Amino acid sequence: MSSDLDVFVGNTTLIDEEVYRLWLDGHSVAEAVARRLRGGVLEREGTSVAVLQSDTRDHYRTFQMLERLLHAPPRLLQQLLFQIPPERQALLIQRYYAFDEALARELLGKKLSKGTKKELDEVSARTGVGIRSCRRQFDNFKRVFKAVEELRGPLAENIQQLFLLPPALARDYAAIVFFANSRFETGKRRLQFLSFADFAACAQSLMGHWSQGALAPEAAEPDGDLPKSFLQDLKELKVLVADKDLLDQHKSLVCSALRGKISVHNELEANFKALSRALVNVGGKLTHARDVRDFFVDLVEKVIEPCRSDKWSPGDLRLFLTHYTAAPRNLPGFRHQALWERYMAAISACLLRMYHD
Amino acid sequence: MGTMRTVPDFSVVRSGHEVQIPEQVSVPWQGLHRAVSRAPTIPGPAPAGRGGAAPRMRSGAAAAPRHRRGGAAAAAPAGAAGGGGGRRGRKKMPGKLKVKIVAGRHLPVMDRASDLTDAFVEVKFGNTTFKTDVYPKSLNPQWNSEWFKFEVDDEELQDEPLQITVLDHDTYSANDAIGKVYIDIDPLLYSEAATVISGWFPIYDTIHGIRGEINVVVKVDLFNDLNRFRQSSCGVKFFCTTSIPKCYRAVVIHGFVEELVVNEDPEYQWIDRIRTPRASNEARQRLISLMSGELQRKIGLKVLEMRGNAVVGYLQCFDLEGESGLVVRAIGTACTLDKLSNTSAFLPACNSPSKEMKEIPFNEDPNPNTYSSGPSTPLKNQTYSFSPSKSYSRQSSSSDTDLSLTPKTAPSPQGPRIFLFPSSPTLSCDFPHLKKSCLLLSGSSIKPLHSSHVSPVVLRKSVSFTEELLLAASGMGSGSAGKEGGPFKTLLRQQTQSALEQRGGSPRRFCTRREFPFFTLTTFPPGFLLHVGGVVSARSVKLLDRIHNPAFVGIMGNTRSYKLLDWNSFNSDEPETRDAWWAEIRQEIKSHAKALGCHAVVGYSESTSICEEVCILSASGTAAVLNPRFLQDGTMEGCLEQRLSWQPGFFSIGSEKGEVDFFPQSQDSSSLLGIEEASPPGCGFCHIPYDELNMPFPAHLTYCYNCRKQKVPDVLFTTIDLPVEAIVVGKGCLIQARLCRLKKKAQAEANATSISNLLPFMEYEVHTQLMNKLKLRGMNALFGLRIQITVGENMLMGLASATGVYLAALPTPGGIQIAGKTPNDGTYEQHISHMQKKINDTIAKNKELYEINPPELPEEIIGSPIPEPRQRSRLLRSQSESSDEVTELDLSHGKKDAFVLEIDDTDAMEDVHSLLTDVPPPSGFYSCNTEIMPGINNWTPEIQMFTAVRVSRLSNINPTNQTLNKNFNDLCENLLKSLYFKLRSMVPCCLCHVNFTVALPEDELVQIAVTAVAITYDKNQALQANKAPTEKSQQRASTDNEEQLQFPLELCSDPLSSQPFSPAKEVLEGASSHTGIPAAQRATSLEKASPLAEGYLRHRSVPSCTNSTVSVVKMTPLSFLPGAKITKYLGIINMFFIRETTSLREEGGVSGFLHAFIAEVFAMVRAHVAALGGNAVVSYIMKQCVFMENPNKNQAQCLINVSGDAVIFVRESELEMLPVQPSAAAPQHTSSAGDVTT
Repeated sequence: MSSDLDVFVGNTTLIDEEVYRLWLDGHSVAEAVARRLRGGVLEREGTSVAVLQSDTRDHYRTFQMLERLLHAPPRLLQQLLFQIPPERQALLIQRYYAFDEALARELLGKKLSKGTKKELDEVSARTGVGIRSCRRQFDNFKRVFKAVEELRGPLAENIQQLFLLPPALARDYAAIVFFANSRFETGKRRLQFLSFADFAACAQSLMGHWSQGALAPEAAEPDGDLPKSFLQDLKELKVLVADKDLLDQHKSLVCSALRGKISVHNELEANFKALSRALVNVGGKLTHARDVRDFFVDLVEKVIEPCRSDKWSPGDLRLFLTHYTAAPRNLPGFRHQALWERYMAAISACLLRMYHD
Repeated sequence: MGTMRTVPDFSVVRSGHEVQIPEQVSVPWQGLHRAVSRAPTIPGPAPAGRGGAAPRMRSGAAAAPRHRRGGAAAAAPAGAAGGGGGRRGRKKMPGKLKVKIVAGRHLPVMDRASDLTDAFVEVKFGNTTFKTDVYPKSLNPQWNSEWFKFEVDDEELQDEPLQITVLDHDTYSANDAIGKVYIDIDPLLYSEAATVISGWFPIYDTIHGIRGEINVVVKVDLFNDLNRFRQSSCGVKFFCTTSIPKCYRAVVIHGFVEELVVNEDPEYQWIDRIRTPRASNEARQRLISLMSGELQRKIGLKVLEMRGNAVVGYLQCFDLEGESGLVVRAIGTACTLDKLSNTSAFLPACNSPSKEMKEIPFNEDPNPNTYSSGPSTPLKNQTYSFSPSKSYSRQSSSSDTDLSLTPKTAPSPQGPRIFLFPSSPTLSCDFPHLKKSCLLLSGSSIKPLHSSHVSPVVLRKSVSFTEELLLAASGMGSGSAGKEGGPFKTLLRQQTQSALEQRGGSPRRFCTRREFPFFTLTTFPPGFLLHVGGVVSARSVKLLDRIHNPAFVGIMGNTRSYKLLDWNSFNSDEPETRDAWWAEIRQEIKSHAKALGCHAVVGYSESTSICEEVCILSASGTAAVLNPRFLQDGTMEGCLEQRLSWQPGFFSIGSEKGEVDFFPQSQDSSSLLGIEEASPPGCGFCHIPYDELNMPFPAHLTYCYNCRKQKVPDVLFTTIDLPVEAIVVGKGCLIQARLCRLKKKAQAEANATSISNLLPFMEYEVHTQLMNKLKLRGMNALFGLRIQITVGENMLMGLASATGVYLAALPTPGGIQIAGKTPNDGTYEQHISHMQKKINDTIAKNKELYEINPPELPEEIIGSPIPEPRQRSRLLRSQSESSDEVTELDLSHGKKDAFVLEIDDTDAMEDVHSLLTDVPPPSGFYSCNTEIMPGINNWTPEIQMFTAVRVSRLSNINPTNQTLNKNFNDLCENLLKSLYFKLRSMVPCCLCHVNFTVALPEDELVQIAVTAVAITYDKNQALQANKAPTEKSQQRASTDNEEQLQFPLELCSDPLSSQPFSPAKEVLEGASSHTGIPAAQRATSLEKASPLAEGYLRHRSVPSCTNSTVSVVKMTPLSFLPGAKITKYLGIINMFFIRETTSLREEGGVSGFLHAFIAEVFAMVRAHVAALGGNAVVSYIMKQCVFMENPNKNQAQCLINVSGDAVIFVRESELEMLPVQPSAAAPQHTSSAGDVTT
């Protein structure tokens, strides 16, 4: 005797967290049942496989129906079809939008396009995340991206509002959107030591310090884009390395300030000009989309790797960056101190975050 | 009722053919014979005849409304098209309906190009339609319309639903409908209910399901002259709840009301061939909405006529008869209710053991002699009478009956089956053409019937006894002429009297409301129920004929062109057959009740099962004797009005008036009342209502184990809920009997005959199974018994559900003894003893599981009257429990009161096996099909209502009854298992009101739908409560009727407990050392607040969901919400939906389709309740779930009908927050509240 039709509908929608997890992970009903069996639910509850199958199918159906609503979380709250208690709604949304960092790391800076979606098979193989789950997460990224692409105001807050995500998750999504928007290169071999969390932190710093929203909340441009005028202005900073006098003065100010405070003073003296050139030029190149892509590569190649090979400690780097940023204040004839500090605040934060093995 | 039925009815078709059918006076009983001979099927109006009337006609004002108004209004011209024009000519305009369309949200994209929608709304009531402006290019339109005002009469207000259609404007082509909302405005028509309907409603489309939501505000201004027009019954309140609603007091319970209306089913009209499925579905939804509106109004009129103001236990059903039409019928109990003004002052009594409990000791019987001088005395000389109609029908067909019985009533004694010997191995069925035949399963047991009297009357009577027996199922056994010894004269006199009554008056008059002393209620105020006789039921197999109605205008659509046929219908008496069918069955029930010495039937319900053209009508209830005192404070007027002598002299308690009312006047019975009051509340209802010396049948009676004063049967079956005052030992459990029987495929009469032939066997076996399973659980009574017989093309299915309990008043059930037929075989013997051991083990296990440890009552209690000597009881028993072969069986190896199962072939073996396959629910779960689980009374507020549906294919190639039975049994067991698993996070909990519905949609397909509610309870207190079951029940009995159910205070929703849990718990634990259990139990209730449960959610949600606009609406099939108090009833919810798909696979197959649909139905119910301002639906029931699929065409269709009562409830903990109003009226409540707060 086979059951053709088998449904269970509660006035309050039953959500089994374990089954939800299995569903999110992209398991088929059969796989989910197998996994639940391994979990020992049969012994615990003294039930039969058929019951477990029926239960799993029911939950899967519910989740499939809920999925449409989960694509626009505020609708989940307003809809009348499923009576779900608020904290369960929050859980559904949060779990649905949670992502595997390994996957996000892979996709960072990539265009969220169909082409990328086709490559998910490889990503899935590399990260060990199920292909269906990969697709769902990719679609989440894309959906969030599309939704906030054109919106003004702080990215993370917009995401939080539109998708009702917890603040931390919303910030991570903001980072993903930011990377996707600016198309930073993150896949190079020399960047492999950086985790998603590193990049997310960098993205936050960059947006926090550089975006227009950071200065004027009512800014005209969406937060995900770095303001054009600001990037244009960064060219002015080249004077710091182009003008020999300024460069020398800058060096002597920083070096004298750090004397005795860092262990790598000699190396600093030797490399200051190269470092300074690298730090300033990274900013100067940002007006060109192609160069924007290389932002992190440049930082790693030209700043982090030299420092690392000279065995700078993170504390050394911190002190250096502090003084390096502050020194131009005392440089005669340098009139871009505000711009410089805004620029360096983000760069410093990124470097410090990225400076690890 | 009488007047209603004689009001002529008119139909006016605007096109000029005026169809006026003169009032027809038809003789009710004529219909009987016609029911047998099948009228030729008349197809709908030929399409040719309406050639020009293509589908367009629907949108035009083709047909005018039919005026269903008696008197002057009936003559009024019908020119109602085009809005209120026609109405203005009328003299009355009792109301103004005002509607405002505020906004929409989440509309579907209707314009693919822009991904947007240009939505506007049509608001329609009656013939008037208003439109909003088009709100362009938005999925969230803000119409913010003006108030649309409809001037309507009250009748229309009651019948018509408000119809709101959301459309997408299209400049170039026809506007596309997005979906509709039907709003029943009935709740706005009673003063105390809702005053406004306002909220978001799901926009529903029968093809696409819910498509966005619309915000609507509806108000009604009623004018004051309503009462002058009695066509309407505005103001009569309707309740689905089968008890007196919680915030009301019953002043008078008037009794049974019923009505039915008939129409052609739009789905089967000729027009259906050319219109879209959507149009057809909508026509059907609308028609049913109209029909239920009308039905409700008509019932309301009857209630007003009875001077009542409410209908309680209102049960409305649809019979989809297919080709032959559509029947909407309803039954209910008319009452006069008084709103309790000080509801909020009542603080719920807490469960902590209170002092009152000890006031009534266990065995106390203040007045040993009361009973004999009580109502039983008059009963003695009453016997019962056959209603003439019944006699006629029987007489006329007696030869048929005999013929039909011959083959079956003469099975050889060495019949092949197991002999299970339930106490009453008889059956009753109402046979279609055969009129009525009843048989005893084992032929020889008929003998005693014939032995005593030979007159035809007597013969019939004895036959009827056998029916009662089974139905009475009170463990009394059967097989003798029993009451025959009674005063024959009386019988004759009564017969003639009622015959005169019947002939004398107008035939319609005959059906006075007093005719059926039935009550659809299942729970009664304490003391109302004096004695319960047992279950009475009747079934009848009928062939459906087309409901012939030439006046039918086969066009459905924008106008009120539907045709309703009912009592006053004009053209033919065909529709009357439906009424006559039911009247016949009710008569049957009534006479069964009388045979049990009862004057009333409680817990009464009716149902049908239809397959093609065969229909089984079933009715069942519990014969009972009610307490006349209940109506003591009923007005004299009310009493006089009721004096309709439905049974002259029958219930003349102390009064010589002869035509005594069902509720005798208080002064006459005052002496009696005093006595009655003294009778022990915990067991009184178990005492037999019939006279011991003059029993309708031999039964095994003992003295009540509680009071030792009165006789009780050994087993009691009822359809009602466990009376609150009942003394129960241990816990109850759900008991189901499941049965499949193959039937040959046949046509028409042959089919009906074969069904009729099978029915008695099914009834017998269902009963036997129930009895065995009851014994297996060591219990002695069944409550909430519901036997459903479903007819399919090639099989019949029987499913009986009930809640078994151990009533302290009844004797301990004996075990089950297996007897082999061939005792010489050694291995066989061994096998038998093995089985016996298994059975004994199961019984022992069950006793432990359900905590059945009845207090030891040695029979030689000093001073107590010793029950009958053993010898006699044994004798009776063997007679009653077995067919007579048993007397020949050697019982010496069994216990005296053991049940004997005789195994003589494999079938029987399997039956025994199947007995043992019922698995008890997993630990932490209990289940019952009554409102409350006997033995548990400490509910926590978490509830989860659910509906589960399964359709399974019985795939055996050569099915036999045994394999089918096994399949069916497995299906039910697996379904239950599945429920337990799904709800495992709620443990400890109880599934209450488990309601199974079986349908056989196709060959080999079985559909089971279950609706139930899981309620968590507090384990600690459960144990506590269990230690003192008697105390508990006494306490419960002592409370007022609106406070019958008590629940522990729940702290979960207490605002104070929103602080972190652990400190609160510590506090409570600290407190528990002082107050004992209650605090501990609170602690646990805090601990195990599961996120699944609604109660928990609710309190948790407050801070976190400020942006959620959806209010939580609880749903439950029960009449109450644990831990909460219902403060207001907002009106009845009665909704009918059709959903259809032509893309079944895409919607997730049948399961996906139905899952979504059920969820949608829930959503629409919740939305309507929320719009009324309510936060819960109680007494929710899914009355119909008809699912059809055609996988080859990728199509499916489903119809669902649900109902319930919309209410506002307040958490008891919130109530407690309110300042306690000093109320002298309820000192015990305040005191118990005091207990709680300590």
